[in-house]
Amino acid sequence: MPLITANNLSDPDDSYARLIATHDGLTEAQSHALNARLVLILMNQVGDARTIAEALDLARATAR
Amino acid sequence: MTAQPKARQLAFTMYPYARSADQSAPTRAHHPVVVVGAGPVGLAMALDLGRRGVPVLVLDDSEGIGEGSRAICFAKRALEICDRLGAAGPMMDKGVVWNTGKVFHDDRLLYEFNLLPEGDHAFPAFINLQQPYFEKFLFDAIQAERAKGAPIEIRGSNRVTAAHPSANGVTLEIDTPDGPYALQADWLIACDGARSPLRGMLGLGFDGRVFEDNFLIADVRMNAAFPTERWFWFEPHFKSGDSALLHKQPDDVWRIDFQLGWDIDRARELDPARVRARVDAMLGPDVEYDLVWTSIYTFQCRRMDRFRHGRVIFAGDAAHQVSPFGARGANSGVQDIDNLGWKLAAVMAGLAPDRLLDSYDTERVHGADENIRNSTRATDFITPKTPVSRMFRNAVLALAETQPFARAMVNSGRLSVPCTYDGSPLNGPDDPAMPARTRPGSPCPDAPIPDGWLLAALDGFTLLTLDADAPDHVTAHGITLPRLALTANDALRTRYLGAARGAVYLIRPDQHVAARWQSYDADAVAAALGRCLGKE
Ligand SMILES: Cc1cc2nc3c(=O)[nH]c(=O)nc-3n(C[C@H](O)[C@H](O)[C@H](O)COP(=O)(O)OP(=O)(O)OC[C@H]3O[C@@H](n4cnc5c(N)ncnc54)[C@H](O)[C@@H]3O)c2cc1C
Repeated sequence: MPLITANNLSDPDDSYARLIATHDGLTEAQSHALNARLVLILMNQVGDARTIAEALDLARATAR
Repeated sequence: MTAQPKARQLAFTMYPYARSADQSAPTRAHHPVVVVGAGPVGLAMALDLGRRGVPVLVLDDSEGIGEGSRAICFAKRALEICDRLGAAGPMMDKGVVWNTGKVFHDDRLLYEFNLLPEGDHAFPAFINLQQPYFEKFLFDAIQAERAKGAPIEIRGSNRVTAAHPSANGVTLEIDTPDGPYALQADWLIACDGARSPLRGMLGLGFDGRVFEDNFLIADVRMNAAFPTERWFWFEPHFKSGDSALLHKQPDDVWRIDFQLGWDIDRARELDPARVRARVDAMLGPDVEYDLVWTSIYTFQCRRMDRFRHGRVIFAGDAAHQVSPFGARGANSGVQDIDNLGWKLAAVMAGLAPDRLLDSYDTERVHGADENIRNSTRATDFITPKTPVSRMFRNAVLALAETQPFARAMVNSGRLSVPCTYDGSPLNGPDDPAMPARTRPGSPCPDAPIPDGWLLAALDGFTLLTLDADAPDHVTAHGITLPRLALTANDALRTRYLGAARGAVYLIRPDQHVAARWQSYDADAVAAALGRCLGKE
C-alpha cells in the first residue's frame, strides 16, 4: 500500500491536541520514550513493510 | 483581553449624553429590558429585541464606538444574523473578501491554500471589516428601525455602578455627567465586555487560561499593491516576533500581528520607532506606510460557569472570552443574542415558561466550550507551551511543505463556524435518512430558492416543507407558523433532503433546526413546537 500523503485523519485538530496532551508533565527523556513506543504501536498498525519503509524515508528526507 | 490603549478615543460619536426624564423622575423609572454595553453584542441584542417590539434601553459608559484594533474577521453566520437584523448590506459593501492564504515558516513559503467556500450561499465564509464599522452599521440599523417605530433607546455616558437583583428584576444605579440616578429593569442583559463590571458586582467568577504571551497589533495604511491574501509566518526570518500575521482590511489598512513573547517591556515595544522597525523588517525596506493604530494584548480563554443568573443574563465577552485566533469573539457574541432574543421575547409575551431561558444557558455554554476548544488549540499550535509541543509543531511544519496531510494539522486559526446544539432540551425528532449537517440543533445552511435565499425567507418559527404537503399555516401554543413550501433543487437536496423523498422541518426563530420528519403530522409538529418553547 503506498504512503497516504493526503489528509487521512477524521479530526486532525482533536488528534493533534491529544498527542500534545499525552506528553503533559513528562520529562524530555520520558517524552522520547513515549514517542518511541508510539512509533512502534503505529508501525504495527500500518503493518505493510514497504509502506513503513516509505514513511521512514520521508521522515528522514524532510529533516531540516 | 488586557489592552494598553492610548487614551480612549472615539472612532464614531453615536449617542452623545443627553439628560433623560428618568433622571428627575420622582419615582424610579421602570424598563422591561435594559442592556448594559453598546459593543457589537449589546447593539445586536437591542436591534433584535427592538425589531420584535420589545422595548429595550441600552446603557453605555461612553458616547460612541471606541478607536482601536480589535475584531476584523466577521464570519458567515454572524453576517447571516446581521442580515436577519437588516444590517448586513453595508457590511458586505465595505468589507473585504479574501480566499487565498499563505503559510510561511522562517523564510520559506510552506504552502498556499484557497478557502474555496461551498457554493450556493448568500454570504462568503467571512469578510474582513474593522470592528468600529461593524458596530456603526449595527447602530445605523438601529436608527433605521427607530425611525420605523422600534422601541430602542441608547443612553451614552451612563455608567452602571451597582446592580441589585431580586426575583422579579434588577435595580440599577447609574452614574452620568449630571450625577447618579437609579432605575428598575425586569430583565438585565449584561453585554459589558470581557472585564464585565456587572460580573464583579454580582460576585461571579470568570475562570480559564491565560496565555503567557504578548501580541503587538499594528494597523498600517499602505497604498502598495499588496495582494488581498492572508499571510501567516511561523518563526519568521525577519525576527519581528515568534509568529506574524498580515491581513487586509478596508480603506487600504492592513492588520499586522507580532507575537512578542512573555517577558517584554510594553512601553518600549509600543515606541513607534520600534514598531516601525518590526514592520519594515516584515514588509521590506522600500514599502511606504502610515501607522494607524498599535496596541499590545495578552489573550485568555475563559467563561462564566453559567450565563443566566435569574433576571440577569450575560452575553458576548462578558460571558466568555477567547483568543482571537479563529475569530470567535464577536462572531460568537452575535450568536448569543440570536439565541437569546426570541426566547426572551417569548417568555415576556407569556408564550413560553421562564425555563426556556435556561436553554440559552445550556446551548450557549455548549457553543462557548466549542469556541474555547478551537481557539485554545490554535493558540497552542502558534505558541507551543513545552519543548516537546514545539518539536511536534515544527515537525508538522517541516512536513507541510511537501506533504498535504500535514497541512491539515497546521493550525493558525480555524474558520469560525456556528455550533450545532446537539443534546439541547429543545431538540425534537430527527430522521436518519436526512443529512447529518441539518440534524436538530443545527444552524440552517443557506441555499438558493426561487425568490432569493433560504435564510432570508426564515423569520420567526417556520415550517419548511421540501416536496412535502402541509397546511399553509399551522397554529399551536399561541403561535402561527407560516409554511415555506419548496421544491428541492440541488443545494436543498444535499443540505436538507438526503435520502428522504420529502422533508418537513420545524425551524426556530434563530434559524436553527428544531425537528424534522419525512411528512407532516399536526400532532408531531405541535409537540415539537411545545418542546422548543421549553414546555416539556
Ligand atoms: C486584537 C483582537 C482581535 C480580535 N479579532 C476578532 C475577530 O477577528 N473576530 C471576532 O469575532 N472577534 C475578534 N475579537 C474579539 C472581539 O473584539 C470581542 O469579542 C467583541 O468586542 C466583544 O463584544 P462585546 O459587545 O461583548 O463587548 P465589548 O466590545 O467589550 O463592549 C462592551 C461595552 O460595554 C461598555 N461598558 C462596560 N462597562 C460598562 C458599565 N459599567 N456601564 C455601561 N457600559 C459599560 C463598554 O464601554 C463597551 O462599549 C478580537 C479581539 C481583539 C482584542
